Amino acid sequence: MARWVQTLILPLALAATAGIALTQTVSAESRASQGQTQTTSHQPRNNPLSDARQHELISLLRDDCGACHGMTLQGGLGLPLTPEALQDKDPQSLVLTILDGRPGTPMSPWRRFLTEDEARWMVQQLQRGLPTQTH
Amino acid sequence: MKNTILAGTLAAMLAGCSACPVNDFPAKEAAIESSPQRGTGDLGIVIERTGSVLIVENSGDTVLGRVENMGDLSHAAAVFSRDQKYAYVFGRDGAVTKVDLLTQKIDKRVVQAGNSIGGAISADGRIVAAQNYAPGGVKFFDADTLELLSEVSTLDEKTGKASKVVGLADFPGNRFIFSLFEAGEIWEADVSDPRKPIVTKHKQIGKQPYDGLGGGNGRYYIAGLFGEDGLAMLDLWKPTPKVQRILGGYAHDQNTVPIYKMPHLRGWSISDGKAFLPAIGLSQVLVADVRNWQQTDRISVAGQPVFVMASPDARQVWVNFAFPDNGKVQVIDVPSMKVVHSMEPCKGVLHFEFAPRSEEVWLSCRDDHKVQVYDTQTFRLKAELKADSPSGIFFTNRAARIGM
Repeated sequence: MARWVQTLILPLALAATAGIALTQTVSAESRASQGQTQTTSHQPRNNPLSDARQHELISLLRDDCGACHGMTLQGGLGLPLTPEALQDKDPQSLVLTILDGRPGTPMSPWRRFLTEDEARWMVQQLQRGLPTQTH
Repeated sequence: MKNTILAGTLAAMLAGCSACPVNDFPAKEAAIESSPQRGTGDLGIVIERTGSVLIVENSGDTVLGRVENMGDLSHAAAVFSRDQKYAYVFGRDGAVTKVDLLTQKIDKRVVQAGNSIGGAISADGRIVAAQNYAPGGVKFFDADTLELLSEVSTLDEKTGKASKVVGLADFPGNRFIFSLFEAGEIWEADVSDPRKPIVTKHKQIGKQPYDGLGGGNGRYYIAGLFGEDGLAMLDLWKPTPKVQRILGGYAHDQNTVPIYKMPHLRGWSISDGKAFLPAIGLSQVLVADVRNWQQTDRISVAGQPVFVMASPDARQVWVNFAFPDNGKVQVIDVPSMKVVHSMEPCKGVLHFEFAPRSEEVWLSCRDDHKVQVYDTQTFRLKAELKADSPSGIFFTNRAARIGM
């Protein structure tokens, strides 16, 4: 099926339950290939994200990541994304999971919508725990 | 002796049959106090993801009240008692809450799992089934008391892990059918004796079934597959139903797109002898003839479909979409198989529900905190109702549908 082929040629960004050693060996390759695959760049590197963008990303985490991982991120069809569930995970491999997805699972690549800095900020938020919801 | 018994029975009948379990009516005043005098055929509920439920009516398109303290409703589904007085709401936190639509109060509530996804009610209305992600499996409850009657575990003894249960639907003969996401199986549970369910397993039905539907008035069960491009179908009218692959290879030679939200399958998608199904990874609705399950049409739409639902009169099929197209809605005209209306009604259209006679449709606008009501003939906006982060909308006519 074409979708698998498409997904498999993306860097093998295995995180979460995959072995850390494997994750680290593929991360370097993934980083190297980012120059070719990264198409969006809302933010220059190391610039802080605007409040408005942070707000959007929190909504994205709750509503769109939450579509599979649960709005409270306790898990659903996708794995839990609570600080406890993520505490031992390598942040960079989580960043790559967000950007490139996980082949063979329903986790899709979000690179079309996010910069690497934004994905890194999201991982920080997840590992720290999202603020109580307000709207 | 015989005559005495007969005479006694007759006397008891005339006297109101004190020994019979029926006819125990409450005093009229008490009934009115606890249950306002109105019907429930035009009622429904709107799930507010903040943990409450709106009781609504679709005759005048208004909100009648709000029931709070419903727990985590970030993803929720509901079914109705056969008298359409109660809604059973299945929350993400594993709670089943029985809500009285007339008194607008919680009647009963049980927390039955860690993470739940939905449920169904048996053909005779006596058993409520809840399907669970964590710890997996299906639990059966007494519909009156919510007492746990039995459960079916989906634990795989080899791996020590339980499959998540998806696509639970009720079928005639007090059966429930559901799919196992990890195991790739479809199970039928006969709950004629609700304390001793009899399970029939269909194995190797395909990779990663993500949802299922009961359609054709209980004849078909269809599981959508995430892990391959096809669907798994069971024809329950066959003497020994076997899973058949349908629409296999539908994504072959197509430009696939990533999935940002899993489609939902429900029994509303079969209309006029055709099944309308979301294509995983394609911005298309697939149409199959239910007589032979061959694809008859492939309709291009505005994004990756989430809900593909036919109106109860079967004339239209409405479609909403996954992120980033979740502000769009399209309408397919069934006779011509064409998209006849496209709109961008609001941000985050999560769900929609038709009035029982199809004259209007309600859309939940998550990010705009409102529910919109559209005339299905003119597509004119008829009404807007305030709602706090609304998602699922469920009307009581679901009580009379098979495969919900």
